[in-house]
Amino acid sequence: MTTFQPVLLEAVGVAGSHTLASYRSRGGYAPLERMLKEKQPTDVIELVKASGLRGRGGAGFPTGLKWTFLPKDHPGPIYLCINADESEPGTFNNRILMEDDPHQVIEGIILSAYATRATTAYLYLRYEYPQSWDRLQGAIDEAYAAGLLGKNIQGSGFSLDLYLHRGAAAYICGEETGLIESLEGKRAWPRIKPPFPAIEGLFRKPTVVNNIETMACVAQIARRGVDWFRSIGVPSDPNNPRDPGSYGPKLYCLSGHVERPGCYEAPLGITARQLIDGQGGGVWKGRKAKAVIPGGISMGLLTEAELDTPLDFAGPGKVGCLGLGTAAVVVIDETVSIVDFLHNSCRFFAHESCGQCTPCREGTAWSLRMLERIRAGKGRLKDLELLAEIGNTMGMMPGSTICGLADGAAWPIKNAIKKFRGEFEDYIKRTNPSGWMVTDPVPALPIVAAH
Amino acid sequence: MITTQRILTPEMVASIEALAPRYPNRRALTLPALHIVNEELRYVPYEAVVEVAQLLGLAPAEVQDTLSFYQFFPQDKPSGETRAWVCRSISCALRGGEEILDHICHAAGIDPYGTTADGTLTVEPAECLGACDFAPCMLAGKTLHKNLTKESAEAFVRDARAGKSS
Repeated sequence: MTTFQPVLLEAVGVAGSHTLASYRSRGGYAPLERMLKEKQPTDVIELVKASGLRGRGGAGFPTGLKWTFLPKDHPGPIYLCINADESEPGTFNNRILMEDDPHQVIEGIILSAYATRATTAYLYLRYEYPQSWDRLQGAIDEAYAAGLLGKNIQGSGFSLDLYLHRGAAAYICGEETGLIESLEGKRAWPRIKPPFPAIEGLFRKPTVVNNIETMACVAQIARRGVDWFRSIGVPSDPNNPRDPGSYGPKLYCLSGHVERPGCYEAPLGITARQLIDGQGGGVWKGRKAKAVIPGGISMGLLTEAELDTPLDFAGPGKVGCLGLGTAAVVVIDETVSIVDFLHNSCRFFAHESCGQCTPCREGTAWSLRMLERIRAGKGRLKDLELLAEIGNTMGMMPGSTICGLADGAAWPIKNAIKKFRGEFEDYIKRTNPSGWMVTDPVPALPIVAAH
Repeated sequence: MITTQRILTPEMVASIEALAPRYPNRRALTLPALHIVNEELRYVPYEAVVEVAQLLGLAPAEVQDTLSFYQFFPQDKPSGETRAWVCRSISCALRGGEEILDHICHAAGIDPYGTTADGTLTVEPAECLGACDFAPCMLAGKTLHKNLTKESAEAFVRDARAGKSS
């Protein structure tokens, strides 16, 4: 691979990178000013559509296409919501962008608002990022003072207000309709779709919800052009007319048992092994990887043998993972018990299930109780069947829940049991020599750590 | 309803009202208002919920419903002067986050979610703090504590209890 120059992260480590002056000195906001002068909103939509940009928040939906779902010539307000709830375990790329280069994000927001004709944008920021809050608010204040936000931006006639809105530590607020409900001042229960937010979203008005990294990509596409963006990544599969491809640079968050954890920018399609051995400096302490999370905990697990999987939008799905997700790669070394991994995952989802849909609320809590019992030396082989059954029945894919949180809870369960079944069986037989074969119902242990 | 003393100060009300022009309705002020109260009082007693509801033109049950969903705003008594969230999600757990939580609770003489008797420190487990490049980590007030060790965790507890932390 030729040397790849980071673009989204070009300012990381540069002194004062979060200031307007620094961003301007790197060519920032010039593309916005040119677009506002020379281009119509529809031109910006066409630009982003032509780039092939897919949303970086986890679902990978084509961004330009999402914008076209807004009603044409809508008389009332259209809202733009920026999803900075992050929260997927292992993920911190948005934090880096907001702290080190907030103006890049804001330029993308202004361009996206111009394209969608939104005049109010809300940036929903998770509570856990106080530093991002300060950096963003400082950058927003600078942008208002420079006439880049507010009324009649740069004499274009286009106006935009951008407000920060603080979350309160709930994972579900990263689901776009959960975010909308939370912003409206309610509990963050995701909405049944349709109607999708583009038709009826925030305050019942047409709304687009986009991720922070997506906004940074929009700014770079405006600056460097469609050809640049499409020269990076993995083209669409010519044998699959429905594959939109995986174009552009991507921020990969590398953590867990690697020598050099960090956020690294690479072309979409880098393999997990290249990322771990290259940027990450290898598995720590000279050990081998037992399993690797490809894109946040809800995407499931790659085995060591699957590490050559390309981390593009299509890659992880080919080896049974849920998808690329947030591209947060977490390395789990050979000394870790897969039972402990799954317990950690089940505890997270039991804690974060919003409680609206019964299969998710009960399924996540039930799976945690079973993992607690297995770890207490009272597991049975039958529990693996029960866990698999929970995994197969909760979620949007089996059609039993409103949002995808349960699918994300199910995937680590399904992947772990399918790919590491032998280890689970050995663990259960070793820790429960007299009871592993029992199939009668057993009482659950009292739950201690769910909240 | 007879209220002897109002919980919301004029300053808090002014802070909440300053945000009102940002939203097309007043219900959207719920979370910002709860944050404003919580930052001042380190908890949001039910009396404050009633006053926020009155201010926003909502039923107290609507505000309470939202508040209780997040499990973020204490209602019975204030958090400690320092409120610390110790991450236990996967990236931190792989690098000793659970043990750090144990160390901190042990050093402070409390259980998770507990507050020291002198009211200086509350310790809570957290789900992913989004700082996995610095695992194991902890957010205390507005300060992110990175790459914690047993020693730095215990030093944090000493500082917090001496009033030297954020």
